[in-house]
Amino acid sequence: MLKINDLHVSYGGIKALRGVSLEVPDKKIVTLIGANGAGKSTLLRTISGLVKAESGSISFDGTEIMNKQISSICEKGIALVPEGRRVFVNLTVEENLRIGAYLRKDKDKIKEDYDWVYELFPRLKERSWQLAGTLSGGEQQMLAVGRALMSRPKIMMMDEPSLGLAPLVVRQIFEIIGQINKAGVTILLIEQNANMALNVADDAYVLETGEIVLHGPGKELLENEQVKEAYLGKKQS
Amino acid sequence: MGFLQTNLPYLLAGISTGGQYALIAIGYTMVYGILRLINFAHGDVFMCAALMVIYSASYMPLYISLPLAIVATGVLGFAIERVAYKPLRTAPRMSAMISAIGMSYLIQNLALYVTGGLTKYYPPVPFISDSIEIFGAMTKRVTIITPFVTLVLIVVLVNIIKYTKIGIAMRAVSRDFETAQLMGVKINSVISATFVIGSLLAAIGSTLFFSNYTGVTPTVGGMPGLKAFVAAVFGGIGSIPGAVIGAFIIGICENIIKGLGWTTFSDAFTFVLLIVVLMFMPTGLFGEKATDKV
Repeated sequence: MLKINDLHVSYGGIKALRGVSLEVPDKKIVTLIGANGAGKSTLLRTISGLVKAESGSISFDGTEIMNKQISSICEKGIALVPEGRRVFVNLTVEENLRIGAYLRKDKDKIKEDYDWVYELFPRLKERSWQLAGTLSGGEQQMLAVGRALMSRPKIMMMDEPSLGLAPLVVRQIFEIIGQINKAGVTILLIEQNANMALNVADDAYVLETGEIVLHGPGKELLENEQVKEAYLGKKQS
Repeated sequence: MGFLQTNLPYLLAGISTGGQYALIAIGYTMVYGILRLINFAHGDVFMCAALMVIYSASYMPLYISLPLAIVATGVLGFAIERVAYKPLRTAPRMSAMISAIGMSYLIQNLALYVTGGLTKYYPPVPFISDSIEIFGAMTKRVTIITPFVTLVLIVVLVNIIKYTKIGIAMRAVSRDFETAQLMGVKINSVISATFVIGSLLAAIGSTLFFSNYTGVTPTVGGMPGLKAFVAAVFGGIGSIPGAVIGAFIIGICENIIKGLGWTTFSDAFTFVLLIVVLMFMPTGLFGEKATDKV
């Protein structure tokens, strides 16, 4: 579905990605783990068009989307849940969801999606009239996910959804990621919480200083000695 | 009755001037809210609107030239943004500010070239320029009409911002450019819309203003523009209700001071008020409070 080939990106004068190739198959959960500064966020930002790539290719459902306009990429069905949630704190919960559906014109289906999002996150329904800035961190993360879903994406990319959240909330969010995936949305997940991410992922990549160093099914990487040592905090015995 | 008769005209004039300032102030505050830019050329847009009415009125009847000039002012606002600010979108804020000052002088000098430096006179607008008498006080009808026109326009604007898609997009863009783009919002169209709305309101404000003070010179936009800017800062720049309330307070105070016989000090008062407000309330009446953690 999403195919990235030999992608090179410079960001702020530094080469952030040096020839990254990866593939996200339809209806799967793919995760990308790596340390701070490995280039994970840059990759997602390049896919969504916020950052311009130098060379390589990004194709989505067979069409080239590299360096296209952000709104046209969004329209193709690629949604990003940005790092740090980035909900519009000066808008109400409902308005945040409404702007998530900004490019859509199918009013009846939008109504269905409101119901779906409120069903996934009943807390948001209770607070639909509140300003997003008054929500807790976990609720804001739910809202950020809900807002992305309102564009009815084919693929949802998530940048560290567990960042700064309590373990219980993180578990909730991951459960819902599973539900969303079952509903037919492909997911590309970036995480530092490697344990959680590898457990839910069908396929996983490890990114180190701008290069993919490992690739395999999530469960397999979970058992990989290198990964264990570097990302799961388990010493080799 | 005697008291009312002597003081009512000043109060009415104050409310009316306040409404005119409000229509200009909204343009400052909306642009600041989205771009964090003070559009110094806004006062000159206000002046241009008047010149366009004057020149077009000599070729066609007022009921055509007036709406035409208002629309043309909207186009002017759009053009200013495209030429002077859009190329500097990613430049440091100071560059855009200098560009704004340059734009202001450019427009003033073009106006000087076109008018030849002579004061042009605004054509009397039927109905609103007529003199009327209320409670024994003589005034122009525009004085009475202004606050109502202002309020209607503000109600319309507030509803647009609150309920329409473009309004929600404006608020989203004012908070977070990048994330708004991710939602598919086209930043440039939203910014253009902001400039067009601000300029249209300034054009309507200009019609009301110059129906009262008919002389138009190339620098005539300076003082009302500056005062509207002060009103916007006073109310908390970025906030529309703030700008409107600030404008009415300044308009009324200024005219009451004139009524007390201190006309010479009325302008000075406006700026003293600004200094005092900034000392005690740096973000104005309704300004965004600094948020530490979100």
